Amino acid sequence: MKRFLFDLAHTRAGDKGDVCNIGVIARQPEYWPLLQRELTADRVKAWFGDWCQGPVERYELPNLQALNFVLRRALDGGGLVSLRLDTQGKTYGFALLRMELDVPDDLDVPARV
Amino acid sequence: MPSAPLRIAGASGFWGDRNDALLDQVRAGPVDVVMLDYLAEITMSILRGKKLRNPDAGYAGDFLKALGPALGDIVARGIRVTTNAGGMNPRACAEAVVQLARERGHAGLRVGLVEGDDVADALAALADGGAAAALANLDTGAPFATIRERVLSANAYLGADPIADALRQGAQIVVTGRCTDSALALGPLLAHYGWADDDWNRRAAGVVAGHVIECGGQASGGNFAGGWESVPDLANLGYPIAEVDASGDFTVTKHASLGGLVSAAVVKEQLLYEIGDPRAYLTPDASVDFTSFTLEDLGNDRVRIAGVRGGPPPEPLKVSISYQDGWTNAVGLTFVWPHAIERAQATERLLLERCAKRGIQIDAHHVDWIGVNGAWGPMAPPPATPPNEVLFRMAIRTRDRESAKRFGEEVAPLVLSGIPGACSGLLTGRPEPRPIVNFWPALLPRDAATARVEVLTA
Repeated sequence: MKRFLFDLAHTRAGDKGDVCNIGVIARQPEYWPLLQRELTADRVKAWFGDWCQGPVERYELPNLQALNFVLRRALDGGGLVSLRLDTQGKTYGFALLRMELDVPDDLDVPARV
Repeated sequence: MPSAPLRIAGASGFWGDRNDALLDQVRAGPVDVVMLDYLAEITMSILRGKKLRNPDAGYAGDFLKALGPALGDIVARGIRVTTNAGGMNPRACAEAVVQLARERGHAGLRVGLVEGDDVADALAALADGGAAAALANLDTGAPFATIRERVLSANAYLGADPIADALRQGAQIVVTGRCTDSALALGPLLAHYGWADDDWNRRAAGVVAGHVIECGGQASGGNFAGGWESVPDLANLGYPIAEVDASGDFTVTKHASLGGLVSAAVVKEQLLYEIGDPRAYLTPDASVDFTSFTLEDLGNDRVRIAGVRGGPPPEPLKVSISYQDGWTNAVGLTFVWPHAIERAQATERLLLERCAKRGIQIDAHHVDWIGVNGAWGPMAPPPATPPNEVLFRMAIRTRDRESAKRFGEEVAPLVLSGIPGACSGLLTGRPEPRPIVNFWPALLPRDAATARVEVLTA
């Protein structure tokens, strides 16, 4: 079945210059292996399309059951320069949560949207 | 019996945060230290501009507004306060605190002052003296020479040791310029526990504690994506408190009588805020491994973090340089059904054509259809049905101030002479151009910025 990442995780996005980082946290311990498997740097890079001009780095924090994505050249030059409505990428965590993932049928993930 | 932990409360996450949070933190329960962060990337350049116009300005005056009503309690209970509200002019800020204390009858109050972060005047000599390579843009690698003539401010990120020095010398309130946000918590911990200079694990723990409480309400239920519906009494949000043991292990909590939520999910979000490689979170005080510690939700708004590990900091200091980088302006119009998006697209073409005809120089432009894709661009799904309304917003960058100004004058005429079905958006009339102050992260040899500590007496 398909689920939004929103159903599996929650996020917080931050900015440093032209770099946006998105922390992705599993809502339940049993969702963590799925996030580790499915949420690759390539997939996040593709999701942001031409809004992320640089590479995407992916880091695991098993102690928090969380991933940290670092998106370089993703803020149209940085929060002080960007012409976008969301200059600092404050909403980019939610943008990632809109991605749909294939969830195995034996994993109980209630739809939250 | 282990000794009582040091209770450090956060009371400001940026310049513009709630001024009454300090009084809340002091009044609503026991605290030993309150830290207030006011500085973001853009703040230093704004403060530098203020100081150039008035030598007594250039600090975050909000700190005085927050401190005034709370000062009586702070003095009576011996609470220590650390803040980077000094911005571009920590001396003027510290002197204003001294003045406030005298006016309120607190003669004798000792106010610590940390200076030495401002390296703007030294930059040219540093660049000529061989530091030019280090001053290259950390993100892009661009050479410093490309912005050298346009620099507005340059501040090294100082660490916790000067703050600890000021506290050891008896300061009750410590005012700094640019320092790492976490230093405002680590400084009091170093002064209180006397952790060794190379006690990297405990220093790293202090950095993590500071990182958690540096952003005001973000660690106690504010901006909580994991379940905002479950946060009690957000209107009365209590800011976070770190209760730090001598071992460095600490508990994140909040005053029970205030609103908000401190849960594992809330604290995890803040831990991940604005970090890069979690195994190498670099500060001038320690390198921190964010994968090293355990996090346990103890219930009742208490989250325990234990076992933080760290290592020595990198030799260079990070320096944040701001520089003038052209002008920006934005205009907007609201279009209604039908064909709202198509008419927004036509308006973009129309504006670009009129600007070209009138010689308005545009280096880059960007269009949002607010209500459709304004926040997310290519990630926004196409609307399932034609939208009832779309707020067309078009923003430009240009080197030429006059072009930015004239671009702002192009929108109002469109209501009569443009595409139909438009009413004013949020950016109509004649929007004024704004200067772009850009941010240039770089490194400096550690000895290029020397902290100076002084204690003033009210």
